[in-house]
Amino acid sequence: MKLRALIPLLAFIVLVILLAIGLTRDPKKIPSPLIGKPAPQFSLPAVLQPQQQVATADFIGKVALFNVWASWCAACREEHPLLVEFAKQYDTPIYGLNYKDQRADAIRWLEVFGNPYVNSAFDLQGTVGIDWGVYGVPETFLIDKKGIIRFKQIGPITMDVLNNEILPLIRQLEQES
Amino acid sequence: MKTLILMLGMLLSLASLQTQAAFNTYDFADPVKKERFDKLINELRCTVCQNQTIADSNADLAKDLRDKVYVMINDGKSDQQIKDFMVARFTDFVLYKPPVKKSTYLLWTGPFIMMGLAIVFLIAYIRKRTRTPSPSIDEHDHERVQALLKEQQKDTRND
Repeated sequence: MKLRALIPLLAFIVLVILLAIGLTRDPKKIPSPLIGKPAPQFSLPAVLQPQQQVATADFIGKVALFNVWASWCAACREEHPLLVEFAKQYDTPIYGLNYKDQRADAIRWLEVFGNPYVNSAFDLQGTVGIDWGVYGVPETFLIDKKGIIRFKQIGPITMDVLNNEILPLIRQLEQES
Repeated sequence: MKTLILMLGMLLSLASLQTQAAFNTYDFADPVKKERFDKLINELRCTVCQNQTIADSNADLAKDLRDKVYVMINDGKSDQQIKDFMVARFTDFVLYKPPVKKSTYLLWTGPFIMMGLAIVFLIAYIRKRTRTPSPSIDEHDHERVQALLKEQQKDTRND
């Protein structure tokens, strides 16, 4: 009889545990279906030299970061110094996708805050963004030598993510042929 | 009062303008395509504002996705091809109605399992209750009850 009286309490505890797990998960983070798949093909004019094309082919054959950014995006500004620092310290190239931005604003941004990108593609319509499943800027993809997407960061890269996830993975991918 | 009515009128006209802006920009020569378009954009979730469909949302991305659906329908793509295109980029998350597969079995069957359990418990409870005999009264107690009831009747009459 006493045990039976405990059943509601146990049920309540299970419910609380389930809700607590639910609270720690961020519903804004949609797992990317692109991980393990080849990087979507694109070819767009560059931000700085419109007559030059930036394409997926540019970063195949090396481990590369592909960072989606825009001058209107506040979180990108927060992330930017880290990218600039990364570009100074490491050889891994960063390619940019300037997403739904004005060219003049984008150029000014690179002049003021520094340009960590080997090259940035200018995606005014956001069509390449859709192909890459971009829904919240900034987003960063890590692409291996064969052009397969291996990691995706939604939202700004933090020191923690850089040191504990991105850098170890870059080292591992550099070993692969 | 006059200003109030005027303000209400302005608000109403604004509201109607907005809904028109969301839908009238897409013209279809074929009414069937228009119907498919309306159905599809009401089934796809806006990934930025997650509790809205791309039909409801004013987010930039939702507009882009509506444009994409529009273009794909006019290109002669089937509903399934359009949904597959979205799922390939944003996962099943973009579908308001998730597909039945291994990872969603619990989601789909959960409510029925819960209801089944509730029915089992309810039946067990009712059976147990009908099985317990109602307490019996012996002759002596019965007489006492009758006496008490009579007494009470007298009391109420006297009041």
